[in-house]
Amino acid sequence: MTTVLTPRAEQRVERLHEIWDERPGVLGWLTTVDHKRIGLLYLFTTMAFFLAGGVEALLMRTQLAQPNEHVVSPGTFNELFTTHGVTMIFFAVIPMQIGAFGNYLVPLMIGARDMAFPRLNALSYWIFLASGLFLYAGVFTGHAPNAGWFDYVPIALRRYNPGPNVDFYALALIFTGISTTIGAINLVVTIFKNRAPGMSLNRMPLFCFAILATSFSLIFALPSLTVDLVFLELQRKAGFHFFDVGHGGDPLLWQHLFWIFAHPEVYIIVLPAFGIATSIIPTFARRKMLAFPLVALAELLVAFIGFGVWAHHMFATGLPLIAIVFFAAASMMVVIPSTIQVFAWTLTVTMGRPLFKAPLMFIGGFIVFFVLGGLSGISFAAIPIDQATTDTYYVVAHFHFIIFGAAVFPLLGGLFFWFPKVTGRLYNEPLAQAAFWLTFAGTAITFFPMHIAGWLGMTRRIYTYPSHTGWGTYNLIESVGGFILAAGLVLVAFNLVWSRLHGPPSGRDPFFGGTLEWTTESPPPHYNFAVIPRVSSPYPNWDVADREEDAQDLDRGTRVFDEGHETPATTVRDGYLDDVLEMPSESGWPIVIALCVTLLFVLVLLSHYVSAVAFAGIAALALAVWHWREPEPEPL
Amino acid sequence: MIGCWIGFGVVCFLLLLGWLRRNREGLPFGGGERAGNALVVILGIALPVALLSGLFFWSDIVVIRSTAAPTRGSTRLTVRVIGHQWWWEARYKSTKAVTANEIHIPVRVPVDVVGTTDDVIHSFWIPQLNRKIDLIPGRQNHVLLQANEPGIYEGECAEFCGLQHAHMIATVIADPKPVFRRWLANMAKPVRAPSKPSEERGRGVFLEQGCAECHRLRGTPADGDVGPDLTHLATRRKLAAGTVVNDYVHLAGWVADPQHFKPGNRMPQVPMSGDDFNALVDYLQSLK
Repeated sequence: MTTVLTPRAEQRVERLHEIWDERPGVLGWLTTVDHKRIGLLYLFTTMAFFLAGGVEALLMRTQLAQPNEHVVSPGTFNELFTTHGVTMIFFAVIPMQIGAFGNYLVPLMIGARDMAFPRLNALSYWIFLASGLFLYAGVFTGHAPNAGWFDYVPIALRRYNPGPNVDFYALALIFTGISTTIGAINLVVTIFKNRAPGMSLNRMPLFCFAILATSFSLIFALPSLTVDLVFLELQRKAGFHFFDVGHGGDPLLWQHLFWIFAHPEVYIIVLPAFGIATSIIPTFARRKMLAFPLVALAELLVAFIGFGVWAHHMFATGLPLIAIVFFAAASMMVVIPSTIQVFAWTLTVTMGRPLFKAPLMFIGGFIVFFVLGGLSGISFAAIPIDQATTDTYYVVAHFHFIIFGAAVFPLLGGLFFWFPKVTGRLYNEPLAQAAFWLTFAGTAITFFPMHIAGWLGMTRRIYTYPSHTGWGTYNLIESVGGFILAAGLVLVAFNLVWSRLHGPPSGRDPFFGGTLEWTTESPPPHYNFAVIPRVSSPYPNWDVADREEDAQDLDRGTRVFDEGHETPATTVRDGYLDDVLEMPSESGWPIVIALCVTLLFVLVLLSHYVSAVAFAGIAALALAVWHWREPEPEPL
Repeated sequence: MIGCWIGFGVVCFLLLLGWLRRNREGLPFGGGERAGNALVVILGIALPVALLSGLFFWSDIVVIRSTAAPTRGSTRLTVRVIGHQWWWEARYKSTKAVTANEIHIPVRVPVDVVGTTDDVIHSFWIPQLNRKIDLIPGRQNHVLLQANEPGIYEGECAEFCGLQHAHMIATVIADPKPVFRRWLANMAKPVRAPSKPSEERGRGVFLEQGCAECHRLRGTPADGDVGPDLTHLATRRKLAAGTVVNDYVHLAGWVADPQHFKPGNRMPQVPMSGDDFNALVDYLQSLK
């Protein structure tokens, strides 16, 4: 849409620009409340953690390439697999989905000018960054977590694990949980209250449904983990007995509380990926998503049922038979919303006129791996199969097909898909397709043989294995695959960096996408939309008449909200205009509070409790000052 | 399994169809939006409900009986398996027999394995014989072992249990019944007396140089319980939970530097003279 602006419209855009502009330079990034900048900060940070997690994975694959190798010591190997898991789940994949993609895209997709709580958004990022650095401070001082990402007790207790390794793990996860909770609440409120007038819930993009389901899951699942970690730290640092059999505790308490969080967590990892798939598929299949309401319901249902299946991680612990049969049945139920979505995606592609460009190819890879990983997942609901395969490489194969194949593939596809929106430039298509095939082959070669090794009896988390087992060949293939996969990812990164510098300009809407982010400029201005767009269907960008109306609105001054730093608020269900919100301006307080909270956690780690409480007080004080009523801005 | 491949095949076929028909709209056999929605409902809800119900009935109602814990009175032999960092202790109920890492059972006899742990969580798993079962502090878990063919069945600890989780192999050896009865009778006996002067000296070294603090030789003052019972060490095929073969070279190597093969294990290097060392290894090799 390249209509020439009338002088009046131009004046309004100029005004919006003045109102919404942020400080220039580094200071601007430190105090920013713009969801797009925060999204980019999240993206770069999570990419750095992804790189760290990837290096850890390659080190492990090198150690396991052949039997009886001595690349790393047993202790280092335990640190590697623990840190790899914790990094990838808590500091790379989930924050990349929620923090980077969710933050950047949700307001754009629902036609808002920012998140509901912009400063909280900034706080969530700075706390996330600090907690990641906290964890890696442990890694670099030689105290990386070493009891596995699910950190079972008693192996994680002081008696068997006297160093601070597990304390780094527990405190870093409590710490990052604050950030995740803040972010999730912010997204829920934004999705419910800040949609453009006219966007009733049934016209909301499926990506936002996925993020909504994820955020709710996080809000309800995280407390269980936090309580578990607090118990653990109280036992490790203050001599409590939550998990001690001798004092009436129970080590299974840890497992229950952990998996009540961590199974929903699995769906938290794949749901945003579903959301990305449902954005990319209609665009490139050039038709609306098939069975739209069913898919939206399925996304919410996955998140809901995900809370009732945790004990299938514990089928070998000797729980009563009746309990495990119940959980097996619940685990099978979760398959149904997933199959609904799989067939809705594939049939949408079949029924449309698909353009197989890189983003859609990544989604194709995603569907293939999701189905394979899902099928091996069903086998865990068959209790006898689970009891044979749990804690073997079969499980490792399964969840890597899910987490890498089904969660990271859409992220890679999404990186290419929204690259033109974020940078205003096009990526290199042939290179992106080459990267797809390399990553696809790498993933299959790395993780498929693990199924076989698992069936042959190879257990998880072993730093080496004897040569007479016959696992050597499979492990060698896996290690080669790991390096092919790494090459594919390097090619993706190279493509993005090169295209950022030299790619041809993309314009607003290079792919003719259906959702609102494609109606605005690339990259979007700080205020996102000069006119809050009209919405009369789930694919508003395809409603050409509405977009022409937008241009006239800008000229007339309706739906522009250029009286101040404003965005409209709407009713939760029907999306009627409810109120006009005065949005907070940029602020340094979030980063100050994040710093205080960091010091609080460092001092707890070092067992300096009095000074820790002092910093909690300072953080509370900073919070109070943040909320001090600021003077009214001068009217422009 | 077959259902899985069919499901995967259908999805791949649809994707392929999408690619082949990339320039044409609609379903191949005609039918518009409603037909598409109906297909989503049929393939996405009806088909999995049918397949999953079948799988649930077959696996969680029928097959599960074969992996369930043995009912009281259904077995004729009970073995207590106790997990330690990083080895397995096996005690045979109503006998004095104690051994480590290599569990002998009679062929074609159902055996009730009672799993407990001395420290952290371990998981006992002999893949060819049955499911795995976690050994958890404060709990007793049961699993049925029955081998229908004589042979050696190996399995690893399946729950991460620390530095040497990788070197914690449990071996079940299924013997014909008479062989098993002889083996069990021998296991229940106290340690045999030294028959040569060097063995006599080795026994002294064992009792005086600190070995006795962690290991037990039934019938001597050595009654430590940190490491495995060594009363019949020489009858075992391997050392250190399947880490190395139990021959002169490896046994001597193990005693000389226990941290070489299995770094992180609890056994310290004990300094002693060369003659003492040779006598000790001789003695250990005589413990049939």
